[in-house]
Amino acid sequence: MKTLVWAEHENGRLKDASLPTVTAAAKLGEVDLLVAGAGVAGVAQAAAQIVGVGQVLVADDEAYAHALPENLAPLVVELMAGYDAFLAPATSTGKNIAPRVAALLDVMQLSDILSVEGPQTFTRAIYAGNAIATVKSSDAKLVITVRGSTFAKAVASGGVATISPVSGPGNQELSNFVRADIAQSTRPELTSAKVVVAGGRALGSAEKFQDVIEPLADKLKAAVGASRAAVDAGYVPNDYQVGQTGKIVAPEFYFAIGISGAIQHLAGMKDAKTIVAINADPEAPIFGVADYGLVGDLFEIVPALTAKL
Amino acid sequence: MKVLVPVKRVIDYNIRPRVKADGSGVDLVNVKMSMNPFDEIALEEAVRLREKGQASEVIAVSIGPAKAQDTLRTALAMGADRAILIVVETEVEPLAVAKLLKAVADEEQPGVVILGKQAIDDDCNQTGQMLAALMGRPQGTFASAVSVAGDRVEVTREVDGGLETVSLALPAVITADLRLNEPRYASLPNIMKARSKPLAQKTPADYRVDITPRLTTLKVAEPPVRAAGVVLDSVDALVAKLKELGISA
Ligand SMILES: Cc1cc2nc3c(=O)[nH]c(=O)nc-3n(C[C@H](O)[C@H](O)[C@H](O)COP(=O)(O)OP(=O)(O)OC[C@H]3O[C@@H](n4cnc5c(N)ncnc54)[C@H](O)[C@@H]3O)c2cc1C
Ligand SMILES: Nc1ncnc2c1ncn2[C@@H]1O[C@H](COP(=O)(O)O)[C@@H](O)[C@H]1O
Repeated sequence: MKTLVWAEHENGRLKDASLPTVTAAAKLGEVDLLVAGAGVAGVAQAAAQIVGVGQVLVADDEAYAHALPENLAPLVVELMAGYDAFLAPATSTGKNIAPRVAALLDVMQLSDILSVEGPQTFTRAIYAGNAIATVKSSDAKLVITVRGSTFAKAVASGGVATISPVSGPGNQELSNFVRADIAQSTRPELTSAKVVVAGGRALGSAEKFQDVIEPLADKLKAAVGASRAAVDAGYVPNDYQVGQTGKIVAPEFYFAIGISGAIQHLAGMKDAKTIVAINADPEAPIFGVADYGLVGDLFEIVPALTAKL
Repeated sequence: MKVLVPVKRVIDYNIRPRVKADGSGVDLVNVKMSMNPFDEIALEEAVRLREKGQASEVIAVSIGPAKAQDTLRTALAMGADRAILIVVETEVEPLAVAKLLKAVADEEQPGVVILGKQAIDDDCNQTGQMLAALMGRPQGTFASAVSVAGDRVEVTREVDGGLETVSLALPAVITADLRLNEPRYASLPNIMKARSKPLAQKTPADYRVDITPRLTTLKVAEPPVRAAGVVLDSVDALVAKLKELGISA
Protein backbone atom coordinates (compact mmCIF):
# COMPACT_ATOMS: atom_id res chain seq x y z
CA MET A 1 0.00 0.00 0.00
CA LYS A 2 1.24 3.52 -0.78
CA THR A 3 0.49 6.11 1.87
CA LEU A 4 0.70 9.89 1.87
CA VAL A 5 1.21 11.57 5.25
CA TRP A 6 0.40 15.20 6.05
CA ALA A 7 3.48 16.91 7.51
CA GLU A 8 2.49 19.43 10.14
CA HIS A 9 4.66 22.51 10.46
CA GLU A 10 4.55 25.98 11.94
CA ASN A 11 6.72 29.05 11.41
CA GLY A 12 9.10 27.18 9.15
CA ARG A 13 9.60 24.28 11.56
CA LEU A 14 8.48 20.70 11.16
CA LYS A 15 6.33 19.69 14.13
CA ASP A 16 6.63 16.44 16.07
CA ALA A 17 2.92 15.80 15.56
CA SER A 18 3.57 14.06 12.26
CA LEU A 19 6.05 11.54 13.67
CA PRO A 20 3.50 9.15 15.24
CA THR A 21 1.48 9.44 12.02
CA VAL A 22 4.51 8.22 10.03
CA THR A 23 4.69 5.22 12.38
CA ALA A 24 1.01 4.43 11.80
CA ALA A 25 1.42 4.82 8.03
CA ALA A 26 4.46 2.53 7.99
CA LYS A 27 2.25 -0.24 9.38
CA LEU A 28 0.20 0.04 6.17
CA GLY A 29 2.99 0.29 3.61
CA GLU A 30 5.30 2.76 1.92
CA VAL A 31 5.31 6.29 3.32
CA ASP A 32 5.59 9.56 1.42
CA LEU A 33 5.18 12.92 3.14
CA LEU A 34 3.40 16.01 1.88
CA VAL A 35 4.84 19.35 2.93
CA ALA A 36 2.48 22.10 1.81
CA GLY A 37 2.88 25.76 2.63
CA ALA A 38 4.64 28.94 1.61
CA GLY A 39 8.42 29.08 1.95
CA VAL A 40 8.71 25.51 3.19
CA ALA A 41 12.04 24.43 1.70
CA GLY A 42 13.53 24.13 5.21
CA VAL A 43 10.59 22.06 6.43
CA ALA A 44 11.00 19.75 3.44
CA GLN A 45 14.69 19.28 4.28
CA ALA A 46 13.79 18.34 7.86
CA ALA A 47 11.01 16.04 6.66
CA ALA A 48 13.42 14.19 4.38
CA GLN A 49 15.43 13.14 7.44
CA ILE A 50 12.56 11.22 9.04
CA VAL A 51 13.42 7.55 9.06
CA GLY A 52 11.03 5.46 6.95
CA VAL A 53 9.97 8.18 4.53
CA GLY A 54 10.58 7.43 0.85
CA GLN A 55 9.69 10.70 -0.78
CA VAL A 56 8.81 14.20 0.36
CA LEU A 57 6.37 16.01 -1.92
CA VAL A 58 6.67 19.77 -1.58
CA ALA A 59 3.86 22.10 -2.59
CA ASP A 60 5.36 25.55 -2.06
CA ASP A 61 2.75 28.17 -2.88
CA GLU A 62 1.22 31.21 -1.16
CA ALA A 63 -2.18 29.47 -1.54
CA TYR A 64 -1.04 26.77 0.89
CA ALA A 65 0.09 29.12 3.64
CA HIS A 66 -1.94 28.92 6.88
CA ALA A 67 -3.19 25.42 6.00
CA LEU A 68 -6.51 26.62 4.57
CA PRO A 69 -8.49 23.41 3.91
CA GLU A 70 -10.35 24.91 0.95
CA ASN A 71 -7.04 25.15 -0.93
CA LEU A 72 -5.32 22.09 0.48
CA ALA A 73 -8.02 19.47 0.02
CA PRO A 74 -8.05 19.76 -3.81
CA LEU A 75 -4.24 19.45 -3.82
CA VAL A 76 -4.34 16.29 -1.69
CA VAL A 77 -7.16 14.85 -3.79
CA GLU A 78 -5.09 15.28 -6.97
CA LEU A 79 -2.08 13.64 -5.35
CA MET A 80 -4.19 10.76 -4.06
CA ALA A 81 -4.46 9.45 -7.63
CA GLY A 82 -1.11 7.83 -6.86
CA TYR A 83 -1.81 6.68 -3.26
CA ASP A 84 -4.00 4.23 -1.37
CA ALA A 85 -4.18 6.05 1.95
CA PHE A 86 -3.94 9.58 3.31
CA LEU A 87 -3.01 9.99 6.97
CA ALA A 88 -2.91 13.13 9.09
CA PRO A 89 -2.32 13.64 12.79
CA ALA A 90 -5.53 14.21 14.78
CA THR A 91 -4.52 17.81 15.48
CA SER A 92 -6.70 20.84 14.83
CA THR A 93 -5.08 21.10 11.37
CA GLY A 94 -5.42 17.41 10.54
CA LYS A 95 -9.02 17.33 11.72
CA ASN A 96 -9.75 20.35 9.56
CA ILE A 97 -8.29 18.99 6.32
CA ALA A 98 -8.69 15.20 6.31
CA PRO A 99 -12.51 14.98 6.34
CA ARG A 100 -12.64 17.45 3.45
CA VAL A 101 -10.30 15.17 1.50
CA ALA A 102 -12.36 12.12 2.47
CA ALA A 103 -15.62 13.61 1.21
CA LEU A 104 -14.05 14.63 -2.11
CA LEU A 105 -12.71 11.08 -2.51
CA ASP A 106 -16.11 9.69 -1.44
CA VAL A 107 -14.66 7.68 1.44
CA MET A 108 -15.62 7.46 5.10
CA GLN A 109 -12.82 8.82 7.29
CA LEU A 110 -11.39 6.78 10.16
CA SER A 111 -11.07 9.43 12.89
CA ASP A 112 -8.43 9.45 15.60
CA ILE A 113 -7.29 5.82 15.29
CA LEU A 114 -5.58 4.10 18.23
CA SER A 115 -4.07 1.16 16.38
CA VAL A 116 -3.64 -0.50 13.01
CA GLU A 117 -5.03 -4.05 13.18
CA GLY A 118 -4.77 -4.93 9.50
CA PRO A 119 -4.69 -3.31 6.06
CA GLN A 120 -8.30 -2.09 6.41
CA THR A 121 -8.90 -2.59 10.13
CA PHE A 122 -8.32 -0.12 12.95
CA THR A 123 -9.36 0.61 16.52
CA ARG A 124 -10.77 3.92 17.66
CA ALA A 125 -12.27 5.34 20.84
CA ILE A 126 -15.96 6.23 20.85
CA TYR A 127 -18.29 7.64 23.55
CA ALA A 128 -15.54 9.68 25.23
CA GLY A 129 -13.25 6.68 25.37
CA ASN A 130 -15.79 4.57 27.24
CA ALA A 131 -15.73 2.07 24.39
CA ILE A 132 -13.13 0.98 21.88
CA ALA A 133 -14.46 0.01 18.46
CA THR A 134 -12.65 -2.19 15.96
CA VAL A 135 -13.73 -1.04 12.51
CA LYS A 136 -13.04 -2.29 9.02
CA SER A 137 -13.21 -0.04 5.99
CA SER A 138 -14.59 -1.19 2.65
CA ASP A 139 -13.49 1.96 0.80
CA ALA A 140 -11.01 1.73 -2.08
CA LYS A 141 -8.85 4.45 -0.52
CA LEU A 142 -8.36 5.21 3.16
CA VAL A 143 -8.44 8.59 4.89
CA ILE A 144 -7.27 8.42 8.49
CA THR A 145 -6.47 10.74 11.37
CA VAL A 146 -4.06 9.35 13.96
CA ARG A 147 -4.02 9.83 17.73
CA GLY A 148 -0.45 10.92 18.45
CA SER A 149 -0.28 9.58 21.99
CA THR A 150 -0.79 5.93 21.02
CA PHE A 151 1.88 5.52 18.34
CA ALA A 152 5.62 5.78 18.92
CA LYS A 153 7.33 8.70 17.21
CA ALA A 154 9.22 7.90 14.02
CA VAL A 155 12.91 8.75 14.34
CA ALA A 156 13.34 12.34 13.16
CA SER A 157 16.86 12.13 11.76
CA GLY A 158 18.98 9.76 9.73
CA GLY A 159 16.53 9.22 6.87
CA VAL A 160 17.33 9.88 3.24
CA ALA A 161 14.08 10.68 1.44
CA THR A 162 14.09 12.32 -1.97
CA ILE A 163 12.42 15.70 -2.33
CA SER A 164 10.07 16.35 -5.26
CA PRO A 165 8.19 19.56 -5.96
CA VAL A 166 4.49 19.22 -6.75
CA SER A 167 1.80 21.74 -7.59
CA GLY A 168 -1.96 21.70 -7.31
CA PRO A 169 -5.04 23.71 -8.18
CA GLY A 170 -3.89 26.63 -5.98
CA ASN A 171 -6.15 29.25 -4.44
CA GLN A 172 -9.86 28.42 -4.59
CA GLU A 173 -10.75 31.98 -3.47
CA LEU A 174 -13.19 30.74 -0.85
CA SER A 175 -11.36 31.74 2.32
CA ASN A 176 -8.66 34.03 3.70
CA PHE A 177 -6.50 33.86 6.75
CA VAL A 178 -7.09 36.96 8.92
CA ARG A 179 -4.97 36.53 12.04
CA ALA A 180 -3.69 34.12 14.65
CA ASP A 181 -3.49 34.63 18.39
CA ILE A 182 -1.00 31.97 19.32
CA ALA A 183 0.62 32.30 22.72
CA GLN A 184 4.36 31.65 22.71
CA SER A 185 5.24 29.44 25.60
CA THR A 186 8.58 28.22 26.87
CA ARG A 187 6.91 25.12 28.26
CA PRO A 188 6.88 21.76 26.50
CA GLU A 189 3.91 21.11 24.23
CA LEU A 190 0.90 19.73 26.07
CA THR A 191 0.39 16.74 23.79
CA SER A 192 3.99 15.54 23.95
CA ALA A 193 5.10 16.62 27.45
CA LYS A 194 6.44 14.01 29.90
CA VAL A 195 4.71 15.75 32.79
CA VAL A 196 1.41 17.61 32.73
CA VAL A 197 0.10 19.69 35.63
CA ALA A 198 -3.60 20.39 35.14
CA GLY A 199 -5.94 22.59 37.14
CA GLY A 200 -9.71 22.73 37.38
CA ARG A 201 -12.55 24.92 38.47
CA ALA A 202 -11.38 24.79 42.08
CA LEU A 203 -8.52 27.16 41.29
CA GLY A 204 -11.10 29.94 41.37
CA SER A 205 -9.40 32.62 39.25
CA ALA A 206 -6.74 33.23 36.63
CA GLU A 207 -4.48 34.73 39.32
CA LYS A 208 -4.77 31.76 41.64
CA PHE A 209 -4.28 29.35 38.73
CA GLN A 210 -1.09 31.23 37.95
CA ASP A 211 0.07 31.35 41.59
CA VAL A 212 -0.59 27.69 42.43
CA ILE A 213 -0.27 25.66 39.22
CA GLU A 214 2.56 27.46 37.40
CA PRO A 215 5.25 27.10 40.13
CA LEU A 216 4.68 23.33 40.30
CA ALA A 217 4.81 23.11 36.50
CA ASP A 218 8.00 25.21 36.49
CA LYS A 219 9.62 22.90 38.98
CA LEU A 220 8.72 19.77 37.00
CA LYS A 221 9.38 21.34 33.57
CA ALA A 222 5.83 20.35 32.83
CA ALA A 223 3.17 21.45 30.37
CA VAL A 224 0.07 23.03 31.89
CA GLY A 225 -3.39 21.68 31.16
CA ALA A 226 -6.87 22.44 32.42
CA SER A 227 -10.41 21.15 32.60
CA ARG A 228 -13.12 22.65 30.45
CA ALA A 229 -14.53 24.42 33.51
CA ALA A 230 -11.22 26.23 34.08
CA VAL A 231 -11.08 27.27 30.42
CA ASP A 232 -14.72 28.37 30.29
CA ALA A 233 -14.18 30.47 33.43
CA GLY A 234 -11.27 32.19 31.70
CA TYR A 235 -8.48 31.04 34.05
CA VAL A 236 -6.46 29.82 31.06
CA PRO A 237 -6.77 29.91 27.24
CA ASN A 238 -8.71 27.33 25.20
CA ASP A 239 -5.62 25.46 24.06
CA TYR A 240 -5.05 24.20 27.63
CA GLN A 241 -8.20 22.06 27.61
CA VAL A 242 -7.64 18.35 28.09
CA GLY A 243 -10.46 15.96 27.31
CA GLN A 244 -12.86 14.32 24.89
CA THR A 245 -13.21 17.52 22.96
CA GLY A 246 -9.89 19.10 23.87
CA LYS A 247 -6.43 17.59 23.74
CA ILE A 248 -5.65 13.94 24.35
CA VAL A 249 -2.51 13.46 26.42
CA ALA A 250 -0.63 10.42 27.68
CA PRO A 251 2.32 11.75 29.71
CA GLU A 252 4.44 9.87 32.24
CA PHE A 253 2.87 11.93 35.03
CA TYR A 254 -0.48 13.73 35.06
CA PHE A 255 -1.41 15.91 38.03
CA ALA A 256 -5.16 16.58 38.25
CA ILE A 257 -5.56 19.43 40.72
CA GLY A 258 -9.04 20.52 41.74
CA ILE A 259 -10.53 18.54 38.87
CA SER A 260 -13.52 16.30 39.62
CA GLY A 261 -12.91 13.76 36.86
CA ALA A 262 -15.96 14.03 34.59
CA ILE A 263 -15.95 11.40 31.81
CA GLN A 264 -15.21 14.10 29.27
CA HIS A 265 -12.04 15.03 31.15
CA LEU A 266 -10.97 11.42 31.78
CA ALA A 267 -11.24 10.76 28.04
CA GLY A 268 -8.27 13.05 27.51
CA MET A 269 -5.87 11.84 30.22
CA LYS A 270 -6.66 8.37 31.46
CA ASP A 271 -3.84 6.85 29.40
CA ALA A 272 -1.25 8.75 31.43
CA LYS A 273 1.25 6.37 33.01
CA THR A 274 0.91 7.75 36.52
CA ILE A 275 -2.02 9.91 37.60
CA VAL A 276 -1.85 12.02 40.75
CA ALA A 277 -5.09 13.58 41.99
CA ILE A 278 -5.44 16.33 44.55
CA ASN A 279 -9.01 17.01 45.52
CA ALA A 280 -10.96 18.10 48.59
CA ASP A 281 -13.71 15.57 47.98
CA PRO A 282 -12.75 11.95 48.72
CA GLU A 283 -15.67 10.81 46.56
CA ALA A 284 -14.48 12.70 43.46
CA PRO A 285 -14.46 10.35 40.44
CA ILE A 286 -10.89 11.37 39.63
CA PHE A 287 -9.75 9.10 42.49
CA GLY A 288 -11.20 6.18 40.53
CA VAL A 289 -8.43 6.51 37.94
CA ALA A 290 -5.65 8.05 40.06
CA ASP A 291 -2.62 6.00 41.09
CA TYR A 292 -1.91 8.36 43.97
CA GLY A 293 -4.39 10.65 45.63
CA LEU A 294 -4.28 13.32 48.28
CA VAL A 295 -7.52 14.46 49.85
CA GLY A 296 -7.48 18.04 51.04
CA ASP A 297 -7.26 21.69 50.17
CA LEU A 298 -5.19 22.21 47.06
CA PHE A 299 -4.22 25.70 48.22
CA GLU A 300 -2.32 24.07 51.07
CA ILE A 301 -1.18 20.86 49.38
CA VAL A 302 0.17 22.19 46.10
CA PRO A 303 2.48 24.89 47.50
CA ALA A 304 3.81 22.35 50.03
CA LEU A 305 4.40 19.82 47.26
CA THR A 306 6.15 22.42 45.10
CA ALA A 307 8.41 23.35 48.00
CA LYS A 308 9.33 19.76 48.80
CA LEU A 309 10.09 18.52 45.30
CA MET B 1 -30.52 34.38 4.66
CA LYS B 2 -31.60 30.99 5.93
CA VAL B 3 -29.52 29.12 8.50
CA LEU B 4 -29.51 25.35 8.56
CA VAL B 5 -28.62 23.58 11.81
CA PRO B 6 -28.10 19.80 11.81
CA VAL B 7 -28.80 18.32 15.24
CA LYS B 8 -28.11 14.76 16.34
CA ARG B 9 -29.90 12.74 18.99
CA VAL B 10 -27.23 11.18 21.20
CA ILE B 11 -26.78 9.62 24.63
CA ASP B 12 -27.07 12.36 27.28
CA TYR B 13 -23.63 13.67 28.21
CA ASN B 14 -24.22 12.99 31.90
CA ILE B 15 -24.67 9.26 31.32
CA ARG B 16 -21.75 6.88 31.47
CA PRO B 17 -22.03 4.62 28.41
CA ARG B 18 -21.92 0.84 28.95
CA VAL B 19 -20.59 -1.61 26.41
CA LYS B 20 -22.99 -4.46 25.61
CA ALA B 21 -21.88 -7.86 26.90
CA ASP B 22 -21.86 -9.36 23.38
CA GLY B 23 -19.44 -6.68 22.14
CA SER B 24 -21.83 -5.45 19.46
CA GLY B 25 -22.01 -1.85 20.63
CA VAL B 26 -23.04 0.46 23.44
CA ASP B 27 -26.25 -0.21 25.33
CA LEU B 28 -28.79 2.50 24.51
CA VAL B 29 -31.91 0.74 25.78
CA ASN B 30 -33.68 2.87 28.39
CA VAL B 31 -30.82 5.34 28.38
CA LYS B 32 -31.54 9.06 28.49
CA MET B 33 -31.01 10.65 25.07
CA SER B 34 -30.56 14.35 24.37
CA MET B 35 -29.45 16.78 21.70
CA ASN B 36 -25.70 16.60 21.07
CA PRO B 37 -24.35 19.44 23.28
CA PHE B 38 -22.36 21.01 20.44
CA ASP B 39 -25.53 21.15 18.36
CA GLU B 40 -27.30 23.13 21.10
CA ILE B 41 -24.48 25.65 20.77
CA ALA B 42 -24.82 25.65 16.97
CA LEU B 43 -28.55 26.21 17.25
CA GLU B 44 -28.14 29.02 19.78
CA GLU B 45 -25.77 30.79 17.39
CA ALA B 46 -28.27 30.46 14.55
CA VAL B 47 -31.10 31.85 16.67
CA ARG B 48 -28.90 34.78 17.72
CA LEU B 49 -28.18 35.53 14.04
CA ARG B 50 -31.92 35.71 13.44
CA GLU B 51 -32.48 37.85 16.54
CA LYS B 52 -29.82 40.25 15.26
CA GLY B 53 -31.69 40.46 11.95
CA GLN B 54 -28.90 38.73 10.02
CA ALA B 55 -30.84 35.54 9.40
CA SER B 56 -34.41 35.21 8.22
CA GLU B 57 -35.17 31.62 9.17
CA VAL B 58 -33.58 28.85 11.23
CA ILE B 59 -34.17 25.29 10.05
CA ALA B 60 -33.16 22.34 12.22
CA VAL B 61 -32.47 19.00 10.51
CA SER B 62 -31.91 15.61 12.07
CA ILE B 63 -31.10 12.26 10.58
CA GLY B 64 -32.08 9.49 12.92
CA PRO B 65 -34.84 7.32 14.32
CA ALA B 66 -38.46 8.48 14.61
CA LYS B 67 -37.64 9.39 18.22
CA ALA B 68 -35.31 12.12 16.98
CA GLN B 69 -38.58 14.08 16.69
CA ASP B 70 -38.11 14.87 20.38
CA THR B 71 -34.69 16.36 19.64
CA LEU B 72 -36.19 18.47 16.88
CA ARG B 73 -39.04 19.62 19.15
CA THR B 74 -36.34 20.78 21.58
CA ALA B 75 -34.68 22.65 18.72
CA LEU B 76 -37.99 24.28 17.85
CA ALA B 77 -38.51 25.23 21.50
CA MET B 78 -35.04 26.78 21.57
CA GLY B 79 -36.01 28.97 18.63
CA ALA B 80 -35.76 27.11 15.32
CA ASP B 81 -38.61 28.07 12.96
CA ARG B 82 -39.15 24.67 11.40
CA ALA B 83 -37.60 21.24 11.33
CA ILE B 84 -36.88 18.37 8.97
CA LEU B 85 -36.48 14.79 10.15
CA ILE B 86 -34.93 12.28 7.76
CA VAL B 87 -35.96 8.99 9.29
CA VAL B 88 -33.41 6.19 9.39
CA GLU B 89 -33.65 3.59 12.13
CA THR B 90 -30.07 2.32 11.70
CA GLU B 91 -26.84 4.21 12.37
CA VAL B 92 -25.85 6.61 9.60
CA GLU B 93 -22.17 7.41 9.04
CA PRO B 94 -20.94 11.00 8.77
CA LEU B 95 -20.29 10.68 5.01
CA ALA B 96 -23.92 9.67 4.40
CA VAL B 97 -25.13 12.35 6.84
CA ALA B 98 -23.11 14.92 4.90
CA LYS B 99 -24.64 13.74 1.61
CA LEU B 100 -28.17 14.02 3.03
CA LEU B 101 -27.39 17.48 4.43
CA LYS B 102 -25.99 18.50 1.04
CA ALA B 103 -29.30 17.47 -0.56
CA VAL B 104 -31.24 19.50 2.03
CA ALA B 105 -28.94 22.47 1.41
CA ASP B 106 -29.55 22.19 -2.34
CA GLU B 107 -33.26 22.53 -1.64
CA GLU B 108 -33.13 25.19 1.04
CA GLN B 109 -30.17 27.26 -0.18
CA PRO B 110 -29.01 28.40 3.29
CA GLY B 111 -26.47 31.21 3.64
CA VAL B 112 -24.87 29.46 6.58
CA VAL B 113 -24.94 25.90 7.88
CA ILE B 114 -23.90 25.61 11.53
CA LEU B 115 -23.13 22.14 12.88
CA GLY B 116 -21.59 20.91 16.11
CA LYS B 117 -17.87 20.23 15.86
CA GLN B 118 -18.29 16.69 17.13
CA ALA B 119 -20.99 14.21 18.02
CA ILE B 120 -20.28 12.90 21.53
CA ASP B 121 -21.22 9.33 20.59
CA ASP B 122 -19.09 8.56 17.51
CA ASP B 123 -16.53 11.31 18.32
CA CYS B 124 -15.86 11.60 14.57
CA ASN B 125 -15.48 15.37 14.15
CA GLN B 126 -15.91 15.23 10.39
CA THR B 127 -19.47 15.83 9.20
CA GLY B 128 -19.19 19.63 8.86
CA GLN B 129 -15.94 19.44 6.94
CA MET B 130 -17.43 16.79 4.64
CA LEU B 131 -20.54 18.84 4.03
CA ALA B 132 -18.45 21.90 3.15
CA ALA B 133 -16.46 19.79 0.68
CA LEU B 134 -19.58 18.36 -0.96
CA MET B 135 -21.10 21.84 -1.23
CA GLY B 136 -17.85 23.23 -2.61
CA ARG B 137 -18.00 25.93 0.08
CA PRO B 138 -15.57 27.18 2.74
CA GLN B 139 -15.54 25.91 6.33
CA GLY B 140 -14.96 27.57 9.67
CA THR B 141 -14.44 24.70 12.07
CA PHE B 142 -14.23 24.76 15.91
CA ALA B 143 -15.73 28.25 16.04
CA SER B 144 -15.58 30.37 19.17
CA ALA B 145 -16.82 33.57 17.49
CA VAL B 146 -18.84 34.20 14.34
CA SER B 147 -19.55 37.53 12.71
CA VAL B 148 -21.44 37.98 9.46
CA ALA B 149 -20.74 41.12 7.42
CA GLY B 150 -22.03 41.53 3.88
CA ASP B 151 -21.20 38.53 1.75
CA ARG B 152 -18.58 37.15 4.15
CA VAL B 153 -18.40 35.64 7.58
CA GLU B 154 -15.47 35.93 9.95
CA VAL B 155 -14.90 32.90 12.14
CA THR B 156 -12.53 32.68 15.10
CA ARG B 157 -11.40 29.10 15.53
CA GLU B 158 -10.08 27.22 18.57
CA VAL B 159 -6.86 25.63 17.31
CA ASP B 160 -4.11 23.67 19.06
CA GLY B 161 -1.94 26.72 19.65
CA GLY B 162 -4.68 29.19 20.58
CA LEU B 163 -7.03 31.05 18.27
CA GLU B 164 -7.11 31.67 14.53
CA THR B 165 -9.44 33.91 12.55
CA VAL B 166 -10.47 33.25 8.96
CA SER B 167 -12.76 35.11 6.58
CA LEU B 168 -15.07 32.96 4.46
CA ALA B 169 -17.17 33.73 1.41
CA LEU B 170 -20.87 33.00 1.99
CA PRO B 171 -22.49 30.51 1.78
CA ALA B 172 -20.27 28.83 4.35
CA VAL B 173 -20.25 25.91 6.77
CA ILE B 174 -19.39 26.51 10.43
CA THR B 175 -18.85 24.01 13.24
CA ALA B 176 -19.41 25.15 16.82
CA ASP B 177 -16.93 24.71 19.65
CA LEU B 178 -17.70 24.95 23.37
CA ARG B 179 -16.93 28.65 23.87
CA LEU B 180 -19.11 29.98 21.02
CA ASN B 181 -22.00 30.81 23.34
CA GLU B 182 -24.07 29.49 26.23
CA PRO B 183 -27.24 27.92 24.85
CA ARG B 184 -30.54 29.08 26.37
CA TYR B 185 -33.01 26.79 28.06
CA ALA B 186 -36.31 26.30 26.32
CA SER B 187 -38.99 28.09 28.34
CA LEU B 188 -42.32 26.41 29.04
CA PRO B 189 -44.30 28.77 26.73
CA ASN B 190 -41.75 28.10 23.99
CA ILE B 191 -42.04 24.35 24.51
CA MET B 192 -45.81 24.72 24.06
CA LYS B 193 -45.36 26.88 20.97
CA ALA B 194 -42.89 24.38 19.48
CA ARG B 195 -45.64 21.77 19.28
CA SER B 196 -47.35 23.64 16.47
CA LYS B 197 -44.24 24.54 14.47
CA PRO B 198 -43.79 22.59 11.21
CA LEU B 199 -41.80 19.33 11.35
CA ALA B 200 -41.47 17.61 7.98
CA GLN B 201 -40.70 13.88 7.76
CA LYS B 202 -38.55 12.56 4.94
CA THR B 203 -36.53 9.48 4.02
CA PRO B 204 -33.11 9.14 2.35
CA ALA B 205 -34.93 7.89 -0.76
CA ASP B 206 -36.67 11.30 -1.04
CA TYR B 207 -33.19 12.74 -1.58
CA ARG B 208 -31.89 9.80 -3.65
CA VAL B 209 -28.96 9.37 -1.28
CA ASP B 210 -27.34 5.97 -0.79
CA ILE B 211 -26.60 5.57 2.92
CA THR B 212 -24.93 2.15 2.79
CA PRO B 213 -22.20 2.14 5.48
CA ARG B 214 -18.57 2.02 4.42
CA LEU B 215 -17.27 0.84 7.79
CA THR B 216 -18.13 -2.40 9.52
CA THR B 217 -17.83 -2.50 13.29
CA LEU B 218 -16.23 -5.83 14.08
CA LYS B 219 -16.30 -5.41 17.82
CA VAL B 220 -16.86 -2.90 20.60
CA ALA B 221 -14.94 -3.47 23.83
CA GLU B 222 -14.49 -1.83 27.21
CA PRO B 223 -11.29 0.18 27.42
CA PRO B 224 -8.58 -1.28 29.68
CA VAL B 225 -9.38 -0.49 33.32
CA ARG B 226 -6.78 1.14 35.51
CA ALA B 227 -5.82 -0.74 38.63
CA ALA B 228 -7.10 0.93 41.80
CA GLY B 229 -4.70 3.45 43.25
CA VAL B 230 -3.97 4.53 46.78
CA VAL B 231 -4.89 7.59 48.78
CA LEU B 232 -1.80 8.85 50.55
CA ASP B 233 -1.88 10.58 53.92
CA SER B 234 0.66 13.32 53.45
CA VAL B 235 2.54 15.48 50.99
CA ASP B 236 5.74 13.79 52.17
CA ALA B 237 4.36 10.39 51.19
CA LEU B 238 3.52 11.73 47.72
CA VAL B 239 6.95 13.29 47.30
CA ALA B 240 8.56 9.98 48.25
CA LYS B 241 6.42 8.09 45.73
CA LEU B 242 7.16 10.56 42.95
CA LYS B 243 10.88 10.37 43.59
CA GLU B 244 10.70 6.58 43.63
CA LEU B 245 9.05 6.75 40.19
CA GLY B 246 11.87 8.92 38.95
CA ILE B 247 10.17 12.27 38.53
CA SER B 248 12.83 14.91 38.04
CA ALA B 249 12.49 18.31 39.63
C1 LIG C 1 -19.96 18.43 25.06
C2 LIG C 1 -19.08 18.50 26.25
C3 LIG C 1 -17.72 18.40 26.06
C4 LIG C 1 -16.87 18.50 27.16
N1 LIG C 1 -15.54 18.38 26.95
C5 LIG C 1 -14.70 18.48 28.00
C6 LIG C 1 -13.29 18.34 27.84
O1 LIG C 1 -12.79 18.14 26.72
N2 LIG C 1 -12.50 18.46 28.93
C7 LIG C 1 -13.01 18.68 30.20
O2 LIG C 1 -12.23 18.80 31.16
N3 LIG C 1 -14.33 18.79 30.37
C8 LIG C 1 -15.18 18.71 29.32
N4 LIG C 1 -16.52 18.85 29.53
C9 LIG C 1 -16.99 19.30 30.85
C10 LIG C 1 -17.11 18.21 31.91
O3 LIG C 1 -18.36 17.57 31.78
C11 LIG C 1 -17.00 18.83 33.33
O4 LIG C 1 -18.00 19.81 33.47
C12 LIG C 1 -15.66 19.48 33.60
O5 LIG C 1 -14.61 18.60 33.25
C13 LIG C 1 -15.56 19.87 35.06
O6 LIG C 1 -14.37 20.57 35.33
P1 LIG C 1 -13.73 20.57 36.78
O7 LIG C 1 -13.43 19.17 37.17
O8 LIG C 1 -12.62 21.55 36.76
O9 LIG C 1 -14.88 21.21 37.67
P2 LIG C 1 -15.80 20.55 38.78
O10 LIG C 1 -16.50 19.35 38.27
O11 LIG C 1 -16.61 21.65 39.35
O12 LIG C 1 -14.77 20.02 39.86
C14 LIG C 1 -14.06 20.82 40.71
C15 LIG C 1 -13.40 19.90 41.72
O13 LIG C 1 -12.56 20.65 42.61
C16 LIG C 1 -12.67 20.14 43.92
N5 LIG C 1 -12.30 21.21 44.85
C17 LIG C 1 -13.00 22.33 45.14
N6 LIG C 1 -12.29 23.11 45.99
C18 LIG C 1 -11.11 22.47 46.22
C19 LIG C 1 -9.96 22.78 46.99
N7 LIG C 1 -9.86 23.93 47.67
N8 LIG C 1 -8.95 21.90 47.01
C20 LIG C 1 -9.01 20.74 46.30
N9 LIG C 1 -10.09 20.41 45.54
C21 LIG C 1 -11.12 21.27 45.50
C22 LIG C 1 -14.09 19.67 44.05
O14 LIG C 1 -14.17 18.64 45.03
C23 LIG C 1 -14.37 19.15 42.63
O15 LIG C 1 -14.09 17.76 42.54
C24 LIG C 1 -17.39 18.72 28.46
C25 LIG C 1 -18.76 18.80 28.63
C26 LIG C 1 -19.61 18.70 27.55
C27 LIG C 1 -21.07 18.78 27.76
N1 LIG D 1 -27.46 12.01 12.31
C1 LIG D 1 -27.24 13.33 12.33
N2 LIG D 1 -28.27 14.20 12.20
C2 LIG D 1 -28.07 15.54 12.22
N3 LIG D 1 -26.85 16.09 12.36
C3 LIG D 1 -25.79 15.28 12.48
C4 LIG D 1 -25.92 13.87 12.47
N4 LIG D 1 -24.69 13.34 12.60
C5 LIG D 1 -23.83 14.37 12.71
N5 LIG D 1 -24.49 15.55 12.63
C6 LIG D 1 -23.92 16.90 12.72
O1 LIG D 1 -22.51 16.82 12.53
C7 LIG D 1 -21.81 17.23 13.68
C8 LIG D 1 -20.51 16.47 13.82
O2 LIG D 1 -20.75 15.09 13.95
P1 LIG D 1 -19.60 13.99 13.80
O3 LIG D 1 -18.86 14.30 12.54
O4 LIG D 1 -20.32 12.69 13.77
O5 LIG D 1 -18.73 14.13 15.02
C9 LIG D 1 -22.81 17.09 14.81
O6 LIG D 1 -22.49 17.94 15.89
C10 LIG D 1 -24.12 17.48 14.12
O7 LIG D 1 -24.24 18.89 14.00
